[in-house]
Amino acid sequence: MSHATNIMTTNSEITLANRWDHFLARWAVNRMGHLIEPGLYSLGNPTPESPVFVTANYTLSFDALRSSLKGADSYILVLDTQGINVWCAAGKGTFGTDELVMRIEATRLNEVVTHRVLILPQLGASGVAAHEIKKRAHFKVEYGPVRAEDLPEYLKTRKATPEMRRVRFTLKDRITLIPVELVAVLIPLLILILIGSKGAVAAILAGTILFPILLPWIPSHDFSVKGFILGGIVAVPFAVLAFTKTPESALWLRSAWALVYALLIPPLTAYLTLNFTGSTTFTSRTGVRKEIFAYVPAMAWMFGIGIALNIALIFVPK
Amino acid sequence: MFNSYTTTTLQYDPSLCIGCGVCADVCPHAAFEMKERLAYLIAAQACMECGACQLNCPVDAIRVESGVGCAAALMRAALTGKKEPVCT
Repeated sequence: MSHATNIMTTNSEITLANRWDHFLARWAVNRMGHLIEPGLYSLGNPTPESPVFVTANYTLSFDALRSSLKGADSYILVLDTQGINVWCAAGKGTFGTDELVMRIEATRLNEVVTHRVLILPQLGASGVAAHEIKKRAHFKVEYGPVRAEDLPEYLKTRKATPEMRRVRFTLKDRITLIPVELVAVLIPLLILILIGSKGAVAAILAGTILFPILLPWIPSHDFSVKGFILGGIVAVPFAVLAFTKTPESALWLRSAWALVYALLIPPLTAYLTLNFTGSTTFTSRTGVRKEIFAYVPAMAWMFGIGIALNIALIFVPK
Repeated sequence: MFNSYTTTTLQYDPSLCIGCGVCADVCPHAAFEMKERLAYLIAAQACMECGACQLNCPVDAIRVESGVGCAAALMRAALTGKKEPVCT
């Protein structure tokens, strides 16, 4: 069998350079630049009978796959998803039917392997129609497990257990997201630190650090309500301090300052926690849309009144 | 009240099912279950509307308005007048 295509080589090792690249990706440094060349790769010493795995050209996706294939001689077909992970790229359609068909043809995969089976990550299914691939490229799509780490077990039987088919959102998964959440609010956060707005800083840190950690344990179901609860708790010490720090001031003035914190912190945290829906593995568009209509007006009103009261109080003589 | 995630756009017509099982394979939240070569929608409320089942069902027995469940993307789309919200 002639190798009609340019097959690149790879291995299962995660080097220090790879780890550094993963670290930078987790901190959203050069966010769209963590990519590898699309095309066909060989891992180990594959034969024409060796399995073919399909993945995205995002380094975290590619590295998760190849590091899970230790000792498994195989081919890896890398789609051009512009440096986006499998699930998000599938949602956009770049990890999609057209790209897969095109990539099979461009690499002349049918001349490289004698079988006609592709193993795709399960989460690629929202972009790829398996029956279309069969019809258009004559390859059978087999959906492997959600997580590459389950591949060694999967390859023993070529059957995914129900557990392998479920997407999770573990504490570890959620902590991994914190850097990206922080980077997203970095500029306003730095400005607020500079101007010494402790309440706002606390509200933002609650929404970006505490919330991902505490998510399943905060009562209620909606992300906005969870955010109001978390923000409400964060506001308590600020309100108490505002009320007690100048006992010589008028009662109404001290109460008004306490109220400013109670009005400003919860909606700020709730807005951030509502936005965390995009990072989770389970919120539906229907549900998120309902949340936006139900709570964003309340957030805006609370925040607006809080700002107005804050400005008004600045002009009250001490 | 306080649970916005009780409804879904997912619709399934069992009379069209040919029992291939791909919906149960691709769903990341186990909304479908195969029993005697027929798919059953057992957990519609777990649906996140990713669209994988609809796209892979060879007989169009499943309909779902798929899209990103991301508040930032939805609000950005609403503000900029775009129809289809996407991640950035």
